[in-house]
Amino acid sequence: MKRWGIALALVAVLGTGAALGLLAWQRHLPDDTPASRTAPDLRRGAYLAAVGNCAGCHTARGGALLAGGRPIPTPFGTVFSPNLTPDPTGLAGWSADDFWAALHLGRSRDGRLLVPAHPVSNTTLVTREDADDLHAWLQSQTAVAAPNRAHELRWPYGTQLALAAWRAVNFRPGSYQPDPTQDAVWNRGAYLAQGLTHCSACHAARDALGGDRGPADFRGGLLAGVGWVAPSLHDPAEAGVQRWSDDTLRRWLRDGHADGHTAQGPMGEVVLGSTSALNDADLAALSRYLRSLPEHTVERAKMVQPDARRRERGARLYQDHCAACHGAQGEGRRDESGAPAYPALAGSRLVTQASAANLLRLIERGGFGPATPGHPRPYGMPPFAGLLDAEDLAALASHLRQSFGHKAGEVDAVEVARLRAAAAKR
Amino acid sequence: MKAAWLLLLAASLACAQPVPDTLAQRAQACTGCHGKEGRAAPDGYYPRLAGKPAGYLYNQLLNFRDGRRDYGLMSELIAPLSDAYLKELAGHFASLDLPYPPPQPTTLPAAELARAEQLIRRGDAGRKLPACAACHGERLTGAQPVVPGLLGLSRDYLNGQLGAWRSGQRRAQSPDCMAQIARALTDTEINAITQFLASRPLPADTHPVAALPAPAPVACAGMAP
Repeated sequence: MKRWGIALALVAVLGTGAALGLLAWQRHLPDDTPASRTAPDLRRGAYLAAVGNCAGCHTARGGALLAGGRPIPTPFGTVFSPNLTPDPTGLAGWSADDFWAALHLGRSRDGRLLVPAHPVSNTTLVTREDADDLHAWLQSQTAVAAPNRAHELRWPYGTQLALAAWRAVNFRPGSYQPDPTQDAVWNRGAYLAQGLTHCSACHAARDALGGDRGPADFRGGLLAGVGWVAPSLHDPAEAGVQRWSDDTLRRWLRDGHADGHTAQGPMGEVVLGSTSALNDADLAALSRYLRSLPEHTVERAKMVQPDARRRERGARLYQDHCAACHGAQGEGRRDESGAPAYPALAGSRLVTQASAANLLRLIERGGFGPATPGHPRPYGMPPFAGLLDAEDLAALASHLRQSFGHKAGEVDAVEVARLRAAAAKR
Repeated sequence: MKAAWLLLLAASLACAQPVPDTLAQRAQACTGCHGKEGRAAPDGYYPRLAGKPAGYLYNQLLNFRDGRRDYGLMSELIAPLSDAYLKELAGHFASLDLPYPPPQPTTLPAAELARAEQLIRRGDAGRKLPACAACHGERLTGAQPVVPGLLGLSRDYLNGQLGAWRSGQRRAQSPDCMAQIARALTDTEINAITQFLASRPLPADTHPVAALPAPAPVACAGMAP
């Protein structure tokens, strides 16, 4: 009996020691990056903050710019973005070194580890010079008193120990290492995409604990709590742009619309908050990099024999509700100026993506593409949530996915319910 | 059979036609819920947009987009739109001059309706309740540029809005006069007021007045110049 007691005590001591060691390791990651020698450039800082879309997460809907408070849904609970303005409730008193540690090491000024909703795998690649410009610009903004709201994460996900363990598996501080086989334009694009514009924050495929394969992982996945899929950028049948022209992609990133392609949902938000601010050189760089991403095909469900009654119902719904704008054969319609007004559904990747999440979402909730200076008055689609029930949505989505030569998977009402539940998950 | 083919031909010709490059065409994303040309949906939940003052519609679009009013479908739909575009859409609906639906029959005794009319026309100075007519116009058809009319709306909609103001579900910029007023009213008063308003026929001139004869009796952020 006594021996058991000693063994148990030993395990407890070792366990505590390991936990403390893990915490100490993650909280004191070594870093010898020198501060930039040049004076910070506020204009550059403003540009980088826009391109990095800091405000996208750090501004609440209708709230003061960068004062935080936006709820960010995650599979582990809700995270509330902190205040970045130079107020005592925000970043007042943060030195350039403090800010650098947050971006590069994911560590707050008080030594606490930041939750990975802050995309530390990306921000660690931001150069010290860029971080210092960002810091100077943030410190020059109007101070807004807005106390940070505590995250609402389920135990144990928000604990410092859990964060340290997650980081031990998923995070290493680093800097962008240029690929010598590529030119400077490509490397600039890779630096932006993997670092500041943090594309992988949404477009990575994540494991059950939210881990990914690093900042160049764009395999795509469902954004829990948001209800949209960030489709793979490696698969041209999903959202890969390997077959797009440079001109089309640059216009799409800048305007949110190009040649009948529209940035929908959260990507529209990204266009408004980030890519529409890119200067021409960075647009070209990002376009070059994204079009060069290695191609991997996303796994797709095997085609099953379509349910004849569901197909019939879907075809009828299409004629009743969709054909007037999208055309009897899904060919879409243009406006008097010749510009695409309502997108063609025949050949649309949004219709045939492996997951039907985005298609269902658009049918249910409608949508406009982003209104940008290059495309100020987009046409829009009304929500059909009040008109179509789950069976209708499944039938219509299945019809679209298997008409016009499409061979995408059938959708049933269970899948509609599953995706709705994923959208509501907090 | 021949008729079916002709119909199909006509349909495909219609589809081949370009869509008009107009705000009316773009506003079809709104009229799916708000009824043809924004005349309100039959369920009484989605209100009429046609003919409301442009400033009022624009303020509501901003309130939805920025989270002071919360209806997921509406807020999400307009989230990616610019102030300038929202203003144009508001102006489009404001410019529509369309007939109003017939009034709804009332189920209240005349005495309660009279009490409602008293509140609407005169307010209640003792409780610091201004008359509805003081801001919404003598004809209750609203006032340019931001005060909406109160007639031609369903009882369900009016009750829904006053209830939402009370609970904080519906907000405007601060000071939010309608929230204060809705909180000062009793359930019985709200019911009587909405019964009265929904049962009133529209006057011959259905338009909002160009300007109020006197300054508004309460502070309202929406009415600030």
